[in-house]
Amino acid sequence: MPVEVPKTTWPGSVKTITLGATPEEGGTRSRTVTVGGETTLPFLHFETPMPNPPAIAVEIKDHRPDDWSPLLAEAWGDVMDDPAQWAKAAEEAGADIIVLALSPKNRDGNETTKEEAVSAVKAVLEASGLPLIVWGPGQADLDNELLVAVAEATKGERLVLGICEDKNYRTIVATAMANDHLVQARTPMDVNLAKQLNILISDMGMPLDRILMDPTTAAVGYGIEYGYSAMERLRLAALQGDAMTQLPMIVTPGFEAWKAKESKVGEGVPEAWGDWKERAVNWETLTAVTLIESGADIVVLRHPESIKRVKVAIEELMNV
Amino acid sequence: MALSGIQIYKLLPQTNCKECGFPTCLAFAMKLAAKQVELSACPYVSEESKQKLAESAAPPIRLVTLKADGNEVKAGNEVVLFRHEKTFYNKPGLFIRLKASEGADAIAQKVAAADAYRVTYVGMDFSIDGFAVQADGGDLNAAVQAVRAKSKRPLILIGEAETLAPALPALDGETPLLYAANPENWEAMADLAKKHAAALAVTAPDLDTLADLTQKIKEKGVEDLVLDLGTTKLSEWLARSTQVRRLALKNFRPLGYPVIALAGEAGDTAKESIFAAQAIAKYAGFIVLDTFAPELIYPLLVLRENIYTDPQKPIQVQPGLYEINNPSPEDPVMVTTNFSITYFAVANEVEGAGIPAWLVVCDAEGMSVLTAWAAGKFDAERIAKSVKEFNVAEKVSKKRVVIPGHVAVLSGELEEELPGWEIRVGPREAVDIPAFVKQAL
Ligand code: B12
Ligand code: SF4
Repeated sequence: MPVEVPKTTWPGSVKTITLGATPEEGGTRSRTVTVGGETTLPFLHFETPMPNPPAIAVEIKDHRPDDWSPLLAEAWGDVMDDPAQWAKAAEEAGADIIVLALSPKNRDGNETTKEEAVSAVKAVLEASGLPLIVWGPGQADLDNELLVAVAEATKGERLVLGICEDKNYRTIVATAMANDHLVQARTPMDVNLAKQLNILISDMGMPLDRILMDPTTAAVGYGIEYGYSAMERLRLAALQGDAMTQLPMIVTPGFEAWKAKESKVGEGVPEAWGDWKERAVNWETLTAVTLIESGADIVVLRHPESIKRVKVAIEELMNV
Repeated sequence: MALSGIQIYKLLPQTNCKECGFPTCLAFAMKLAAKQVELSACPYVSEESKQKLAESAAPPIRLVTLKADGNEVKAGNEVVLFRHEKTFYNKPGLFIRLKASEGADAIAQKVAAADAYRVTYVGMDFSIDGFAVQADGGDLNAAVQAVRAKSKRPLILIGEAETLAPALPALDGETPLLYAANPENWEAMADLAKKHAAALAVTAPDLDTLADLTQKIKEKGVEDLVLDLGTTKLSEWLARSTQVRRLALKNFRPLGYPVIALAGEAGDTAKESIFAAQAIAKYAGFIVLDTFAPELIYPLLVLRENIYTDPQKPIQVQPGLYEINNPSPEDPVMVTTNFSITYFAVANEVEGAGIPAWLVVCDAEGMSVLTAWAAGKFDAERIAKSVKEFNVAEKVSKKRVVIPGHVAVLSGELEEELPGWEIRVGPREAVDIPAFVKQAL
């Protein structure tokens, strides 16, 4: 009995966005990464091929973080003391993109300065030819100060600057526009809020193909279902033709999963949680894979083993 | 899928005799479509129409229930493609596969451990759902007995009809799932399933063949079918599972059955876990794992719970004053919200550290601390109201309340709302509460 497989043809599609610029394009990256361009739901190759695989970004810090799980410290080892070495190690571990998250305080416990931020960014750009995303420390004033300096010092690199939120996006967007960079726009798991922020940013004159949308997510066990459904709904809206949702999505399963007690803590937890390291890696990997299935174009990860596993999953999902 | 009022009308006598209590057959049809009346109110419906109406009322994905000794695992009855459209209902059962060749002793040992496995997530106890036993050359009967000696959970039996047959009489009264009928063996498998009232998995290399097979098997009288999609390649499985769900929801009966995924066939444990996660999100009804390891089962059970949570109702706990570790009047008072994840994050931390405390759980409509705060459901007024409503002042000697670090901004207002109380700002994360209590209180 020939089964007529129902195929959906959507009026809309997701924008294609390229991160990083090679020397010919005005930057210094040895390669660029292109994401987005979907014309149907994730990996439904029988409808239309998925043009670009989801990319794996790996999060590193400007200096050794004191609040990361000991498992992450063990996995990365001494490179955590040096962002350049860490970036190299991340590239070797399989990263497509590096995320450099700037800390509010420097090694000595003083507020991070513009000079320190710029020098960390430059060191990473020299050590690795991958496209780079730079996050401010997450405090509006400091974010603006550091990201403006970073944007100016790296003009033309097509970095992604973040994280723009409704309370603080103008300065970051303005400097990204002036210096040929992109931005990451975050809203809390809501289709309309995501649209609204994208509108505000594009109203400033930022072209839509330089905005990555971050709908916010949570780890398995901590509200992933909200993020999962918000992403499905955003992607459906994009395919239905709503221009302000047609941006590739970036999410942070690494950050979320490693905040969970299941990953962070090895002792004094129920025996039924099983082996700590494998559990933690599963927590991150399964969070990431689930989000990739709901439309993530970039997942930001932390542990080398998760990177490896998610990479294999993406390859298999892209393999028709 | 349910018929529309007009479609139902065409099946009615169309005489407008009014005996059903409605002025016209059409009016009655409309009420039927809305499920507000019973068909039996019309004395004149033909047998043929009755049957058509009954068929159309059947769910688009058949509910298949595996049973053993009071334990049940249900799959099917789903009505949407995306959880936000309504909700997903029947969580995919997680089964652990054993191979007869492993030997009865090894099997009994594994099953005992897996059967006893319990894990608690936000106040809910989870366990695995059943076992799959594969006839791979060893003594199947002995293997099944070994499982039954340690577990009363439903079974899936994997093998050919002639090898499975001898093991089935011992399972009389249960509804196991036989895996699997294929284009070659389907008649024998269907006969066996029918004889023992078992459910039957059906597998084929493509959907055309699969649809053929289910129809032929149904004609033989086996109705509780489960689909195996004939692949464990991630992309291919995702495509087929999506196609089956879409077709089923469009009322394409030959594929209107739950799907089974043999995750252990996907590769090493890393791939198995990823495949299982995909199967949870993308429409599986039964998932068979080869690896029984708590560090894998736990995240899968939690993911499954999350994906199958009703999007309209966050999981929440009853607001109230919770006593942790038998607190006495001088022990600390803390406030939090009634979102389950939030409540248990705090309660588990405090309880685990052996700290006696009074936990005021405010009615924040099931939202997390910051979400509720942003939504105006967890403010000074509400906190004060809870503290008064639950008579906290009468239970404690020290009028001091600790609020979550994330809502430090509330402390000033709360001081005004709760005169005579000292307001302390706790840490942002629950993990840091024990250290905070020791150092600061
Ligand atoms: C999931 C989520 C949602 C879900 C709701 C889930 C739910 N049932 O609450 C949804 C999608 C519905 C949602 C909606 C909204 N959200 Co929301 N949401 C989140 C998200 C991603 C996770 C929240 C969560 O579940 N955390 C886990 C729980 C366990 O954390 P928690 O309750 O804070 O508890 C921890 C601590 O506070 C502490 N703790 C708890 N109690 C106590 C008690 C004491 C004494 C102590 C010491 C410690 C302590 O321990 C816990 C574990 O460490 C956060 C962002 C993030 N990643 O945190 C945004 C976030 C909370 N949301 C936010 C907003 C603005 C909203 C909305 C207003 C916007 C919108 N989307 O429309 C709405 C409001 C809801 C409404 N009007 O109906 C903002 C709040 C911003 C702010 N700081 O004011 C956040 C922070 C996102 C952001 N960065 O903008 N949200
Ligand atoms: S009783 Fe039956 S035939 Fe008579 S009006 Fe009602 S639906 Fe029509």
